[in-house]
Amino acid sequence: MKHSPTAAMGRLIGGFTGMGRKYGAEWWILIIGALIIGGIILMALLAPLIAPYDPHDQAAGPQLAPPSSEHLLGTDNLQRDVLSRIIFGARTILGVAILAALISSVVGISLGMFSGYSGGTFDKTLSLIMDSVYSFPGLILAITFAAMLEPGIMSITIAVAVIYIPTYFRLVRGQTLTIKEELYVESARAIGAPNLVILGKYIFPNVIATTAVVFTMNVGDAIMIEAALTYLGLGLPPSIVDWGMDLAMGKKFLPSGQWWLITFPGVMISTLALGFTMLGEGLAEILNPRLLER
Amino acid sequence: MLFILLTIVFVVIRIMPGDPVSAMLGGHAPDKVIEAKKAELGLNKPLIVQYGNYLWQVAHLDLGTSMIFKQKVTSAISDKLPATIELTIFGMLVTLLVGVPLGAYAADNRRSGQDYLIRLFGIVIYCIPVYWLGLMFQMIFGVWLDWFPVAGRTSPRVFASTFEQTGLYIIDTLLINDWKALWDVLMHLVLPSLTLGLVLSGIFIRLTRANMLDVLRSDYILAAEARGIRHFPVVYKHGLLNAFVPILTMMGLQVSLLMAGAVLTESTFSWPGMGRLLLERIYLRDYPTIQGVIVIFALIVAFMSLIVDIIYALIDPRVRY
Repeated sequence: MKHSPTAAMGRLIGGFTGMGRKYGAEWWILIIGALIIGGIILMALLAPLIAPYDPHDQAAGPQLAPPSSEHLLGTDNLQRDVLSRIIFGARTILGVAILAALISSVVGISLGMFSGYSGGTFDKTLSLIMDSVYSFPGLILAITFAAMLEPGIMSITIAVAVIYIPTYFRLVRGQTLTIKEELYVESARAIGAPNLVILGKYIFPNVIATTAVVFTMNVGDAIMIEAALTYLGLGLPPSIVDWGMDLAMGKKFLPSGQWWLITFPGVMISTLALGFTMLGEGLAEILNPRLLER
Repeated sequence: MLFILLTIVFVVIRIMPGDPVSAMLGGHAPDKVIEAKKAELGLNKPLIVQYGNYLWQVAHLDLGTSMIFKQKVTSAISDKLPATIELTIFGMLVTLLVGVPLGAYAADNRRSGQDYLIRLFGIVIYCIPVYWLGLMFQMIFGVWLDWFPVAGRTSPRVFASTFEQTGLYIIDTLLINDWKALWDVLMHLVLPSLTLGLVLSGIFIRLTRANMLDVLRSDYILAAEARGIRHFPVVYKHGLLNAFVPILTMMGLQVSLLMAGAVLTESTFSWPGMGRLLLERIYLRDYPTIQGVIVIFALIVAFMSLIVDIIYALIDPRVRY
């Protein structure tokens, strides 16, 4: 077997197409989703290097100039470069969405495990609260939270995170209820393992797998909620570069026909959300073909 | 559910920074004035007393009086609620008319080019934020083509006061036989309901497709085909009717998405509904109105799941209560 980069590349591509044959369209959905996410993450990381202008620079070009070779995506009413704002805006939305999903998964998974494992009144009360929050329109709850907190990255992250906790809670609690009846949990209890060890060593590894798919989809959803909140003017101060806020600002110039101000931030929000949804969808189909049929 | 949500919202909006008095009087009002105003609104009492009083009111179907404007919360809501209802009903209609046929067609032609195309459309449309789709529609159909109005429920020359009956403008205009006004109202509804409906249709394409696939595999479909019934009625009558029961269940669960979408659509299209009311009042820290809006949204969600259960029993004779 050769050990050259080309051969490795060849094997990699061979592996990819092999997976493609095995899983069909789902594999390609997953790959495309991953590529979209990877591309945008790269863009966010390299923002200072690739952005042609400073996103806050209020003299980057003429006011409200349409896309041209100097300003690929045009400029806004404050003479800022739209492309640079798009590139830097990726940092905000990705950071908030991923952090929010992390917070809600950590809180949701641990509460779900404890609740399902302990049972009793604690479980009943918590389930009731979670179910009520779950059935209520998440966005409206997030609006209330975001409007009440001081604008800032942490506030909007919390506002977004709160509405996804019940999703993880319900999933993990249900699984914990089944798993805790399993023989291996019973034997662990029989040899005197403390509850925390049982939760950490026997239950957690079994529930974590299914939450991966939910997590990916969750980030995609959180992206749209984050942008929705900032579009409504909530959650972030104007000093932060954000796609949703740019969209809201561009809305004012819609009647006068400055189409580039609303088109590009929206395309980016949709593409990023699409990336995560495709990744999640591909993962779900490959890990568990029956999951999405419901 | 209603009680728990109410408690959460009640506590959250009160422990967070800002209050209606400072929102109303600004930051420089003398302490005495602020204290007096707080006492007048009952905000100086302990939280638990305020909470008890509020629950007592709600139990008597009274949502209180706005702390900013001297207006009953119920009357503020009944001004705005019909607009939201009209929007959501038409949005749902678009969703069903687009999502269900496309989903059924995709299932019927499983693994064909059309199937993949429809599924792709479903995924992509799901990922398009409803407010952005609205903006694009406004730009294309409102500004460039100038086919439809982009804001509000009526044109300025059509006066809402002339048909103040139910607040549902379609019914109002029909009641007074004002066809011109009806046309105006309908034209204003086109873009918002298309926006809301299309975004939600992605979910229904997937749901319908998945359920149709299950149904089309069942024995009675095979039996119907075997008896020589033409393909179309087998799929779209026998198949779709049976697939509709689980779809309906999911519809109940999508109500909260519908409401969230409506709030955003209202903001994009300057639609004077509940979402706008909530956003306006949330800045003013108008506690009773915020709580009232949340109560109404929760009631709508609960009411819709009840309706779904009833329809469920009506269309599926196997379900009896």
